[in-house]
Amino acid sequence: MRIDIDNLKVAYGETVAIDSLSLRLDTGKIYGLLGRNGAGKTSLLSVLAGFRRHSGGTVLADDSPIFENWLTTREISLIRDAGETVNLGTVEDALYFAEDVRPRWDAAYAQELIDLFKLDRKKNVKSMSKGQRSAVGVVVGLASRAPLTMFDESYLGMDAPSRQAFYDALLADFMAHPRTIILSTHLIEEVSSLFEEVVIIDKGRLVVHSPADELLAMGSAVTGPAEQVEEFTRDLTVLGSKQLGPTRSVMVYGPLDHAEARKAGLETGPIAMQELFIHLTGGPAS
Amino acid sequence: MFDDRSPIYRQIADRIKAEVLSGALKGDEQVMSTNQYAAFFRINPATAQKAFQQLVDEGVLYKKRGIGMFVSPAARDTLRAERREGFFTDVVDPMVAEAKAIGIPLDDVIKRIRDSR
Repeated sequence: MRIDIDNLKVAYGETVAIDSLSLRLDTGKIYGLLGRNGAGKTSLLSVLAGFRRHSGGTVLADDSPIFENWLTTREISLIRDAGETVNLGTVEDALYFAEDVRPRWDAAYAQELIDLFKLDRKKNVKSMSKGQRSAVGVVVGLASRAPLTMFDESYLGMDAPSRQAFYDALLADFMAHPRTIILSTHLIEEVSSLFEEVVIIDKGRLVVHSPADELLAMGSAVTGPAEQVEEFTRDLTVLGSKQLGPTRSVMVYGPLDHAEARKAGLETGPIAMQELFIHLTGGPAS
Repeated sequence: MFDDRSPIYRQIADRIKAEVLSGALKGDEQVMSTNQYAAFFRINPATAQKAFQQLVDEGVLYKKRGIGMFVSPAARDTLRAERREGFFTDVVDPMVAEAKAIGIPLDDVIKRIRDSR
């Protein structure tokens, strides 16, 4: 499913959650949506899911409006950490409901996932552990096979082995049934290799929309004797720096001539996506 | 699994090249699909695709439409020639520099090489 967002605004009374945001998402890609708490991720996803009416601009899914348009919203699935999609009684009830509203529901695949996450179909979802509840959300989200599938931190409650099982299942099912997937997460390093493209928002505005590898290529760490590093990085966009004795390491953003740096006796290396994210959204927590 | 000093797709390409060099992958042999690579390394299939494209561009692999990717018959010889070209600058020079830095006489290094023949 293709998404065209033009000049989007979402406001709650006086508070503006999303402002002047334009973005185009293509069919058949996995997107990473990154932003700090309160950046507007959930507002954006809620608008895309048709949970909320936007205040300005346009949002189209395959050229159709989303809000109060059930022909489109049944093709869009948003699984949130809050679990409102699955807190409907037992696991069976949640699946039954999903099967009813999702035209592409795959019951056999849902059962496979239930076995994978060792869920009890008869158990009440509200009485489950956070991890199990997250797993029910993941089952509903994946087995819906919605052309736009969004997971908003919905696997945070799962433990590490379950999260890895989720990543593997997501990737396998995405390759078998390509669709547009948005993963919103704080566990950036764990998930970043799944992204084809990355969208970073901060304070309700778009900061970066770029293929994941191009974003990673924009960041480098330059390390060496403090004075040479200082000299070499003077005209570059510096994201941050650290010093250990006589050695200085500076993180820069933008194209870098690695050969030139090595000639100057400096080491260059990549920066993790998480570091780039932190510095592109205003540095460590304020 | 990855040492994250270079993009993942370059690391995959390097791994396939190493397999061709070692003979683990032979000429005209089919390599695993991009999807199998993506699942194995838990990466986006577009990333794996890039690695394969790079190898096609370099002449290491060739495509058979609808079937998959295969090792070029000349790939091993081409890669060996490339490695030979870089051997002295990439392998010998750093070794000599290291020997000098830690005070191993070059005569000792030469003796060791002679003895290992």
